[in-house]
Amino acid sequence: MIKNLKRLDLIFKNEQDTEAILEKTLARSNEEIVNDLIDSGLKGRGGAGFPTGLKWRLAADDPADEKYIICNADEGEPGTFKDREILSSVPNKVLAGMAVCARIIGSKQGFIYLRNEYKFLVPGLEIVISEFHELMDRLNLEFRVAIFMGSGAYICGEESALFESMEGKRGEPRNKPPYPTNFGYKGKPTVINNVETLAHTYSIFKYGPDKFRDLGIKDSRGSKVFSVSGDTPIPGIYELEFGMTLQKFVDDFGDGDSKAVQVGGASGFCVPRKKFEKTIIGYQGKLTGVSLPTGGSMMIFNSSRSMYNVLRNYLDFFVEESCGQCTPCRVGTQQLLLGIEAVKRGEKPSGYLDKLLELAETMRLTAKCGLGQSVANSFSSIVENFREEMIY
Amino acid sequence: MTRIQYSVTDMANKHGRSREALLPILQDIYQAKHVISDEDMVNVARELDISAAHVYGTATFYSFLETQQSGKYIIRLCKTITCMMHGKNPVLQELERILKIKPGQTTPDGLFTLKETNCLGQCHKGPAMLVNDNPHTQLTPESVREIIDSYRREALSY
Repeated sequence: MIKNLKRLDLIFKNEQDTEAILEKTLARSNEEIVNDLIDSGLKGRGGAGFPTGLKWRLAADDPADEKYIICNADEGEPGTFKDREILSSVPNKVLAGMAVCARIIGSKQGFIYLRNEYKFLVPGLEIVISEFHELMDRLNLEFRVAIFMGSGAYICGEESALFESMEGKRGEPRNKPPYPTNFGYKGKPTVINNVETLAHTYSIFKYGPDKFRDLGIKDSRGSKVFSVSGDTPIPGIYELEFGMTLQKFVDDFGDGDSKAVQVGGASGFCVPRKKFEKTIIGYQGKLTGVSLPTGGSMMIFNSSRSMYNVLRNYLDFFVEESCGQCTPCRVGTQQLLLGIEAVKRGEKPSGYLDKLLELAETMRLTAKCGLGQSVANSFSSIVENFREEMIY
Repeated sequence: MTRIQYSVTDMANKHGRSREALLPILQDIYQAKHVISDEDMVNVARELDISAAHVYGTATFYSFLETQQSGKYIIRLCKTITCMMHGKNPVLQELERILKIKPGQTTPDGLFTLKETNCLGQCHKGPAMLVNDNPHTQLTPESVREIIDSYRREALSY
């Protein structure tokens, strides 16, 4: 059971004071609210970690008169299921975050981009949204939120692919820059935040930036919701303080025989047992040791598991989910999969793995979006740490 | 899937005729018929005044839209690693045995389409599957038999 790590109850605490918190927050100036967010150290909880307050300010500074706010609920990373839980238990916090953002940037329309796999949440969400609209009327805020259903594409979790999808096109990522805060949905300035990020803003409005900032470590402030699955006696959703070592995490969640943890899903990194102690869960920064960011996916594997099967499963996933628009990703993902299968069957020498590592590195450098670039994360970390399992 | 009468024109009236309406319209068509036919795509293109090739491009990009006829109940079994670790393969074998089809196929009576899909976001309760929009979790070969039976009974009661 949990013994080392501090469990928190900020996000999921059932709080029925949305109206009071919104009144209190909206009484302050836009500048004060944004400064609080920046002071709190809140960074995007989808995994990329862009400072939330800064994102809102960039969109607010754009002079356009039509702007959008989108809640990214296209939670497709393997091993992640926290956003589903947040949207089913505390959607009011997410909507409150959107409302404050709308006032700050000057937006009249928000969307929740919900993945089709979560369509069963829609009836419940629609009730909450209609109550939210009544609240908006009472607060004299001209802001409406609609649900936009995804249609089953992992790539649409990438913000620019998500905009393309909402515009009725194939979910193919755009070149960046321009960034969404200037050129997002329909080419208008758009703030796009992860579900959990928006829920955190509510806690910051309510308790102030200091309480949030006191949690976590340098560069990784606050708490984080983790989705724990795999070889663990206690799979589920846990809100923990940021910045723990992986060893402490495994001590609490492992089954006593943990061989590796995949941090951040298929696009994240695989950490073997010998590196648990010096790996810290948090955003990249000036830390001692290695720090790994995560959208919350923590998959634990014990020594009975074949890491070849794990890698094969991830590559199979990427082959299917690559949008196919750029060559490094479309061809690269397929060749990596064919390559490890050929090595396993003995058709290629073990040295072929080094060629594949080079290919993965090429994809990191040349793929157009985060999907193709991050295939190398899991590929290289699994092949380098479990090379013998790839061959024999 | 309810066999409701629909027309592409009605859907365009409901969702609007801008390009942003395309995905909601295609989703509605698929929801109603479990297929998006060539004729539908041409009609949608006419209503929205865009090229039919664009409609086809969008309709074939997404895994929850199909241009082939699917059954009344679409089973999507998660094949991602944690569901695999917790016994997805025996569940798949049982589904194949009782439905007598392989993934990607539809039963001859048109009731069930079996598919394998990527992460459904139910990893702590794997193995998991969706039947149309409804999630079913912590599956075992025994429990999927009961689940399939319950959908068969539901189909018969119409």
